[in-house]
Amino acid sequence: MTLEVRELDLYYGDAQALDKVSLSAAAGSVVAIVGANGAGKSSLIRAIAGIETPRAGSVRFKGEEITGLPSYRICDRGIGQVAEGRQVFPTLTVRENLEMGALLKRARPRLAATLEEVYALFPRLRERAGQAAGTLSGGEQQMLAIGRCLMGQPELVMLDEPSLGLAPTVVQEVFQIVRQLNERGITIVLVEQNVAASLKLAARAYVLENGRIVMQGTGAELLADDRVRQAYLGL
Amino acid sequence: MPLDFYLNATLSGALTGLVYGLMALGLSVIFGVVRVVNFAHGEMMTAAMYVAILLAAALGLDPLVAMFPIGALMFVAGYLLQRTLINPFIVRPEHTQFMLMVAVAIILVNAQLLIFGPNARNVQVEYALDSYAIGEIIIDKVRVYAALAALAVAAALFAFFRFTLTGKAIRACADNHLGAQVVGLNVKQLYAITFGIGAACVGAAGCMLLLLVDVTPVQGPGYTLLAFIIVIVGGMGSLTGALVAGLVIGVSEALGGLLILPSAKSMATFAILILVLLFRPEGLLGRRA
Ligand SMILES: Nc1ncnc2c1ncn2[C@@H]1O[C@H](COP(=O)(O)OP(=O)(O)OP(=O)(O)O)[C@@H](O)[C@H]1O
Ligand SMILES: [Mg+2]
Repeated sequence: MTLEVRELDLYYGDAQALDKVSLSAAAGSVVAIVGANGAGKSSLIRAIAGIETPRAGSVRFKGEEITGLPSYRICDRGIGQVAEGRQVFPTLTVRENLEMGALLKRARPRLAATLEEVYALFPRLRERAGQAAGTLSGGEQQMLAIGRCLMGQPELVMLDEPSLGLAPTVVQEVFQIVRQLNERGITIVLVEQNVAASLKLAARAYVLENGRIVMQGTGAELLADDRVRQAYLGL
Repeated sequence: MPLDFYLNATLSGALTGLVYGLMALGLSVIFGVVRVVNFAHGEMMTAAMYVAILLAAALGLDPLVAMFPIGALMFVAGYLLQRTLINPFIVRPEHTQFMLMVAVAIILVNAQLLIFGPNARNVQVEYALDSYAIGEIIIDKVRVYAALAALAVAAALFAFFRFTLTGKAIRACADNHLGAQVVGLNVKQLYAITFGIGAACVGAAGCMLLLLVDVTPVQGPGYTLLAFIIVIVGGMGSLTGALVAGLVIGVSEALGGLLILPSAKSMATFAILILVLLFRPEGLLGRRA
């Protein structure tokens, strides 16, 4: 398993956000996490990334324990993130934003080459290279967030609602890119409010409710499940 | 009074003001990134000035040369101060940060009193009494040197933030703290580097100022306040703003001293502060919130 999360507990003060969450992602697979607003999806991603410190449980990446490591060390192991709300650096230029993704030890020596690859994947970013990231459209910022993540040469990418607030054609594009990344061998953890599309892509999927995993299966199984269809697909 | 009298004062005020600007730049960099107000800023500068006095006495080093080792020393001191003492306070309420920095300031003032005594000291350089004459205008050589040094250090700082990856990473932390964590920047380390840079700036500014003024242990709080005022007048977080505001305050001090009373020079400074707070609260070059 590339990623193995076991019985993770996370608290904000006294409020419990994650309750014994366990999940795993096989190398090169797509794993979807589905859940209503406030279920704890972003908290789970931030806990795996080391931005929040879990109270109990463990996270293993490629067989190694990474629980409790600071976020920059976890990134350097090869776990990249496209965070909720994109989190670009608004006053830095597009190019500077991309460079910031490559300051990890694992990525820094290949910065120039990776930059070319990312520009090839997102020609739009090359056109806008000298522009402040804050002036980009929502879709462009999302491409920048994904490109910046790729600059770190991740083996696992966690995407938190990458299509939120984007025009339908851009949403298509985002899913297309996620598929492409996966075809390159990158393991994907995908949180999406676009549940049908993400389940179709996912080898394995988990349903999170109030900080607990309440259901899991293959993407196809959950897609066919009546409860999932009712609660998350509005069918 | 003849016109060139005012021109003289304006020019020499502007030159001193550039050194003030560099001092305030240090405070602005620290606040803009780490979000901690360094209430020990003037005291740190005073400490650097005493080191410069020691180096001048022991080795005959010109403060403008001593500026380099002192800048490096202040960087290390600032880095360690942030890493050990301030870092745990970053997530605590602002008033506890304030108490911490005030405590650091008080310790510095008293240590300086203990070691150096209450008397004013200074450094005499060979060119202390030289001056340039342009027509009727006469400018002290030391002031020109100090101002040029301040501009050079400020330019180096701007270049650092604009062109180096570490400088960009520091700007990224200031821009979006969560974003910095997301891409795997070592935020704590970058904060410590930033504090070190701020300390190095104010240390260098102290060396320059030593050419122009005497040092006493109790001067620290006054300079902390002055740096604070300059940052507010220039606009929080604006580096160019700090430099410009330093210039403005330097000129106002000089003219205020001339037009009103020598002892009333800080009155003009406060007047400018109040005017800026009233009519341009975001500062001369600050962005509107
Ligand atoms: N930084 C925080 N401090 C305190 N509570 C938080 C914090 N972040 C999230 N929470 C709380 O934790 C719970 C889970 O939030 P989280 O953002 O992880 O949910 P989510 O599934 O990502 O929701 P959404 O679909 O709205 O993004 C919520 O009750 C939220 O209010
Ligand atoms: Mg969320």
